[in-house]
Amino acid sequence: MLYWDKEKECMPREELEKLQLRRLKETVFRTYAFVPTYKEKLSQVGITAEDIRSLDDLKQLPFTTKQDLRDNYPFNLFAVPMSEVVRIHSSSGTTGKPTVVGYTKKDIEIWAELMARALTSAGATKNAVIQNSYGYGLFTGGLGIHYGAERIGASVIPTSGGNTRRQVMLMQDFGTTLLTCTPSYALFMHEAMLEGGIEPNDLKLKAGVFGAEPWSESMRREIENKLGINAFDIYGLSEIIGPGVAIECSCKNGLHIAEDHFLAEIIDPLTEEVLPDGCPGELVITSITKEALPLIRYRTRDLTTLERTRCDCGRTHVRMQKVLGRSDDMVIIRGVNVFPSMVESVLLNIPGVEPHYLLIVDRKGNLDQLEVQVEVSERLFSDEVRKLEELGGLIRKDLESNLGIGVKVRLVEPKSIPRSEGKAQRVIDKRNV
Amino acid sequence: MAKQISVFLENKAGRLSHVTRVLGTAGINIRALSIADTSDFGILRLIVNEPDRAYQVLKENGFTVSETEVLAVQVADSPGGLATVLEQMHEENLNIEYLYAFIGTSGNDALVVLKVEDSEKTSEIFRQKGIKFLDESQLYRL
Repeated sequence: MLYWDKEKECMPREELEKLQLRRLKETVFRTYAFVPTYKEKLSQVGITAEDIRSLDDLKQLPFTTKQDLRDNYPFNLFAVPMSEVVRIHSSSGTTGKPTVVGYTKKDIEIWAELMARALTSAGATKNAVIQNSYGYGLFTGGLGIHYGAERIGASVIPTSGGNTRRQVMLMQDFGTTLLTCTPSYALFMHEAMLEGGIEPNDLKLKAGVFGAEPWSESMRREIENKLGINAFDIYGLSEIIGPGVAIECSCKNGLHIAEDHFLAEIIDPLTEEVLPDGCPGELVITSITKEALPLIRYRTRDLTTLERTRCDCGRTHVRMQKVLGRSDDMVIIRGVNVFPSMVESVLLNIPGVEPHYLLIVDRKGNLDQLEVQVEVSERLFSDEVRKLEELGGLIRKDLESNLGIGVKVRLVEPKSIPRSEGKAQRVIDKRNV
Repeated sequence: MAKQISVFLENKAGRLSHVTRVLGTAGINIRALSIADTSDFGILRLIVNEPDRAYQVLKENGFTVSETEVLAVQVADSPGGLATVLEQMHEENLNIEYLYAFIGTSGNDALVVLKVEDSEKTSEIFRQKGIKFLDESQLYRL
């Protein structure tokens, strides 16, 4: 089965845009009427639902930021009374007050539909055995995927994250065909397989749907080769709905954003100007069907580009490129923007380098320093100092020419870089700035 | 020819004691060792009585390990003994990657572990020139 909902996923553009316009107007109307913060924001720019005549008018609407969610903690941005809210999710709040999101019954319905589309796009059918290793709980990953997997009638194994040895055992015993987790955890599971004497190719695993952290094309190749599977990128964020906002199709040339529910724009993060298709910038999403927490022009902080050329899969929805990084993950070193995914791409193009790395940023005197720690696998190891130093030098040169800054490479022992069962920590910033 | 076990070590407290404890617990005896170090990491090179098992237990304990072919050369335990061997190697253009001394001796001779570029060729020349080196079984029995 190629599509879950062909009518929506392949809707002719003209028809789709009519639907979008109608839903956008409704959203502006509802937020103005029921959310005081939006009433104020919209009044400031002097726009009401009647002023929205075309999708082009979207760019006159005010932005919503993560700070708006924090300022309205916990429920003040909700557009429905709490009696209509059936579920609440929340971020971990590591960078401040957690951001809280709510769902009505219909929101949960739509979310399950979106996840059903996503899993179908990755080849899942009701015959699939889906091992869901995203964390269950306040994090949207676990339950989001779960509902979608049940909707298509697949058999779900709700392992959640952690207890990797057992994960691998169940994968073997239950005949998992599709794995859902963060890409870094997929690699960690591969290590656990090898340690447990399990040959990945003997498993029934055929595909994986990986997301919740940026990952490079090289990381995809690494995962596909090591696990012998097809790896699909999924995108989402709890503020918008959770996983399922966008999914790759078999063409793997970008992630289709479910445009019947979300409007996507790319802006210059500094000038806030809308950029044309193909230009890299910050993704901005407007949810146009959300009941409990509709967000207008939400600044995702994720950097990507949009592509509207026709996709061979037949879906008409716009594609976003793999996320380059979240502006929060970006480190500025001596004025140069560095994303962990850029380092990852360079490292994985060097044969024998393992996809486990850590960026340590420090300041010595007034100078920022970037140290990249790379694990020495058996393939890279030599009994001669000269050869190991040459290897370090080669990695350093590659990184420096790609990042445009000086880098120190430190070779470390295998498995000394902490493995993650959820989102991997790639950067330790020791600067007190 | 002999097998050397090489181990990658980060320059961190306790790593060397960990390796030696792992080997000790497995009942493996170290016959010769050297450490090559840089500011960030070191390479521990070992000659042990059971190299294959040493390789296995170190790997199981999470170390990056490799096996390397080296020559355990017997040199006269008297002034100029090593120089004589090295001069003959120089004449034959045999390059040495590194060398280190053995803890024990073989009869009246001292033992030196040599890592060369081409151990096949080197051992052949050693045979022609009458430079003695131990084979594996002799070495591990020491």
